[in-house]
Amino acid sequence: MSTLIAVLLTLATLVMIVGLARKARQYRATPAPLKIPVTPAPKTTGGVVLRLAKEVVLFASLFRSNKWTWMFGWIFHVSLALAFVRHLRYVVDPDGLLGFMMPMLNLWVVQTAGQYAVFGMAFGLAGLLARRFLVARVRYISAPSDYLMLILLLAITLSGFVMSFISYVDITGVKVFMLGILNFDLQALPESTALVVHLVLVAILGFVLPISKLLHIPGVFYAPTRNQVDNPREKRHIVDWAKPLDETRGNYPELQPKEATEETKA
Amino acid sequence: MADYEVPEVKEYAVVPLPKDGVMDHLKPFVAKPEFQEALNYVGKKEHPDPKEMPTYVLVDGWKEKAIDKMGDLLGRYRSLQVFMDSCVKCGACTDKCHYFLGTGDAKNMPVARQDLLRSVYRRYFTFAGKYFPKLVGAKDLTEEVVDDWYSYFHQCSECRRCAVFCPYGIDTAEVTMAAREIMAHIGKGMKYSNEIIGKVFTIGNNLGLPEKALANVLEGLEEDVEYDIEVDVKFPLDQKGADILLVTPSADFFAEPHIDGLIGYAKVFHATNTSWTLSSVASEAANFGLFIGSYENMQRISMRIREAALQLGVKRIVYGECGHAWRVGYSFLNTLAGPFDFLDQNYPIPQHICEFTLDKLEKGELNIDKSRNDDMTLTFHDSCNVARGSGMGPEPGGQFRIPRAVIKAVCNNYVDMEKDTIHDATFCCGGGGGLLTDDLMDLRVKGILPRATALINAKEEHGVTHMAAICAICKSQFTKVLPYYGFTMDQIVSVHQLVSNAIILEGQVDPED
Repeated sequence: MSTLIAVLLTLATLVMIVGLARKARQYRATPAPLKIPVTPAPKTTGGVVLRLAKEVVLFASLFRSNKWTWMFGWIFHVSLALAFVRHLRYVVDPDGLLGFMMPMLNLWVVQTAGQYAVFGMAFGLAGLLARRFLVARVRYISAPSDYLMLILLLAITLSGFVMSFISYVDITGVKVFMLGILNFDLQALPESTALVVHLVLVAILGFVLPISKLLHIPGVFYAPTRNQVDNPREKRHIVDWAKPLDETRGNYPELQPKEATEETKA
Repeated sequence: MADYEVPEVKEYAVVPLPKDGVMDHLKPFVAKPEFQEALNYVGKKEHPDPKEMPTYVLVDGWKEKAIDKMGDLLGRYRSLQVFMDSCVKCGACTDKCHYFLGTGDAKNMPVARQDLLRSVYRRYFTFAGKYFPKLVGAKDLTEEVVDDWYSYFHQCSECRRCAVFCPYGIDTAEVTMAAREIMAHIGKGMKYSNEIIGKVFTIGNNLGLPEKALANVLEGLEEDVEYDIEVDVKFPLDQKGADILLVTPSADFFAEPHIDGLIGYAKVFHATNTSWTLSSVASEAANFGLFIGSYENMQRISMRIREAALQLGVKRIVYGECGHAWRVGYSFLNTLAGPFDFLDQNYPIPQHICEFTLDKLEKGELNIDKSRNDDMTLTFHDSCNVARGSGMGPEPGGQFRIPRAVIKAVCNNYVDMEKDTIHDATFCCGGGGGLLTDDLMDLRVKGILPRATALINAKEEHGVTHMAAICAICKSQFTKVLPYYGFTMDQIVSVHQLVSNAIILEGQVDPED
């Protein structure tokens, strides 16, 4: 079982990282031929950074759009971030490159916030799932995968909750197992059904991430509507595929000078 | 007025329950093959029964051609590629589209509209869609799907209101443009937009107004103004060596209230001793290439403006009141037809007439009597392309401040409409994006509902009598469709019509009432 989980987690991590990197590279390689920021838009790069930060950290546009969705969505994501930070101590090697982080990760406030974040995640996910069932407009646009994604995340949350609050797991053993994977020195996984369920589901999440709507993670940074500087009059914007058109754009018949422009109005 | 079902106006905009397919019958006429070919598209005519009208059908091999075109666009437009991937179906956009609010058709919810294309993208371009189509809502490309595309991508005015509210900045306009471009490449071009573009190529403007007729119109205008106020206000055409080339939508040459705006520009130029000219080469500011999502056609239309500026030797380019033209002018002209190193770099290139006029107003160069507009209480409709696709002045949001500042400088009575219906949350007039055509009247009457509701509220709460706009399409749509909601055509005014009313020129003699 330990070997299976280790292989699964390793593969999932690789698929996730390679998949996301490939997608990000695709987005970067695809040109944006026209200036299309949704205005009013910042006139400087610094302004764009701030605009994106407000979207990523505060979900500013969603807040403007729908307070319920914002509340469930934001609470879920913030809780997820807290839980993620709490989990880092399982994979950070105290003697390794990132070892300096350990005292920070072991802080009571970090661990406690991360532990109780499970309620935030469950609350947010349950709210988002309820919306999919209860709001007719959202129900109409939901595909099976939209429900399954929330259920997957809920299941990960619940299995985490079980280990954190009901049936404790030997977390030192978990850390030994994780560092074992990272150091190619496989160690035994502590006995726990909840743990196996948790890790398998997380692996599935990793596999699904680069081929699903979870691509909103890189996508949010690459939307030209939000990441472009609003300076089209000041600075000419032109992409490679449009440059050859510049060479031929003057050849249209209607652009050829007429014989002796008539002075229509004296 | 022809008979159309007018939705009930409630005190507040009510979000309807989504209904499936109530608007799927509504499709604009398809462009004839010869018009398609003029734009480098394709078309196919079928005429099985000589007694019937011919039909314009999908070309042979359309399916492969459509998927190839989609792949081509995905590789050339980052917006499309990212937007196809990053939607999480959160529903934030579902109650933001005026066409959904007006029709209640589920596929007029922005995300549902995008999904018409996204489901096909997933099927042919993603792992999940290729192997688990049902799970992720991926769909084969069939004639029924193209049918839905043709209906619903012509029920989007590309106004970008949904993009303001999307947490990922997904802009349905980009998706609609891509879908229209794909359809144009398989024989399903839209008659209205594509024939108009053809007219620009052959004649020079959307109306098909030839040079001689244009000259006549301008001469007539000079006579009218002279008759009205006894001042010889010029409307110069093709004047070489003028300082400013004014490009304006051709509707300004004949439609009401557009033409009153044109008179306003001319009076401002006259009062400030500005040397200016119109051009018969660039007798159109509008650029329907934007609506059909075609970089090439948009560039070809834009090039007329560069050509006119070069031929006439002007120093500056100023745009008249036109919403999407200003988006193309402000955001794309430099890209498509630049660099404009031969123009005076001390002024924005191009400049909006409102920027020009406000500058003159602030410098005190215009003699204004605001009381001449006292018979009106004004409000201002932010046109979607100006509000969300362009800017004015040096600061972000200048496109909201500057037109209002112009109005307030020439009118005593001004109030804004409700906050969630103005600035970047403004509602489309219901006729933008190439939908200002009689074959879509049903949609136009319904799509105006959110704007009409806000206007009715402004009328009842603040006694608003008139709504000003700086877009030829908005003005045309409002004058034609607001009468279905109890307004009269003359309650829609051009911003520069207000300037024209209030300005007093040297030597002006007003007719006695």
